[in-house]
Amino acid sequence: MSKTKTSKKTIFTRGFIKENAVFVMLLGLCPVLGTTSSAINGMGMGIATLFVLVLSNMVVSLAKGFIPDKVRIPAFIVIIASFVTIIQLLMQAYTPALYEALGIFIPLIVVNCLILGRAEAFASKNSFLDSLLDGLGMGLGFTIALTILGAFREILGSNSIFGFRFLEGDGMLVFVLAPGGFIGLGYIISVFNRYTKKIRS
Amino acid sequence: MIIISAIFVNNIVLAKFLGVCPFMGVSTRLSTSVGMTGAVTFVMVIATTVTYLIQNYILVPYGIEFMQTITFILVIAFLVQLVEIVLKKVSPPLYQALGIFLPLITTNCAVLGVAILVVQNKDFGLIEAVVFSAANAVGFGIALATFAGLREQMELSDVPEGMKGIPIAFVTAGLLALAFMGFSGVA
Repeated sequence: MSKTKTSKKTIFTRGFIKENAVFVMLLGLCPVLGTTSSAINGMGMGIATLFVLVLSNMVVSLAKGFIPDKVRIPAFIVIIASFVTIIQLLMQAYTPALYEALGIFIPLIVVNCLILGRAEAFASKNSFLDSLLDGLGMGLGFTIALTILGAFREILGSNSIFGFRFLEGDGMLVFVLAPGGFIGLGYIISVFNRYTKKIRS
Repeated sequence: MIIISAIFVNNIVLAKFLGVCPFMGVSTRLSTSVGMTGAVTFVMVIATTVTYLIQNYILVPYGIEFMQTITFILVIAFLVQLVEIVLKKVSPPLYQALGIFLPLITTNCAVLGVAILVVQNKDFGLIEAVVFSAANAVGFGIALATFAGLREQMELSDVPEGMKGIPIAFVTAGLLALAFMGFSGVA
């Protein structure tokens, strides 16, 4: 990362706005669009990703000393895949409804570019504590982004928020379906860009 | 039926949201998107065939289906490497064309996604699995090429300040997805 030593606080908070995984870096878009048909699904996915990200960052930073450089990517993938399997089994046991709703996107956390990207770009070069904070910050930023997009689509698409209906009748179904995901994310990013220009520059 | 459904109605990018990262990343030029599609088709068909066989002849008989995710991603990573090496030897021109896209495929969720979808669908035999993966790859290609064409045109148009770049690309993708929903009446 940067040559000067960044403070712990910066490492933790930059994932929120400055380097937000979804809105700024556009990483891990498949789960972002695929699972945010409602706020609660988006949040569930965000938390699952957060969990995997923090643990894999921790393990990668611990293991960086004895993973040979040439096989580091496969090694990272195996570490990530192990944690994904763990969370897959946990969710199947404790939150079966969410497990059903997220479906194929849970095993697909393995190929979320965000997680591999952080392992490669940050955790493999930094200390254990920094990697832990980085994972937490990035994961939280990701979770927030997913929740915002999920809430946006749920409000417009089914007149409810976190499952509570506030208006009678059907919403604009298109926002729950695939096209709404793309359009919603496009508008949210444009608003995000507009209001965070100062903070990011 | 499987073919039409996979290409148009349940288009892998626009309806199932798999492979959105490369969809956004390499779709700025038509030529790169064609290269990416070629590489994806290649790996997706081989990967689906291999993972199908592994699932049914190794994981299920030994009752270790929970190893699915790890096994599949390793198979894909391994295949990508293998394809890269083989192509380099056998067909240098093809390697030149696809070369830079191959490493990206490991983290393309479309490949792993199709492999998992196939083994989840209990009615699929080996032939259906191969056809399904090939059709999905074609669907990926169509979506990518259409979108790349749109984006090339879009560079010339006048876009409001805040929407420049990525946001307008997403909105366009949304409209494209809306257009593809029209196909749902076909199947």
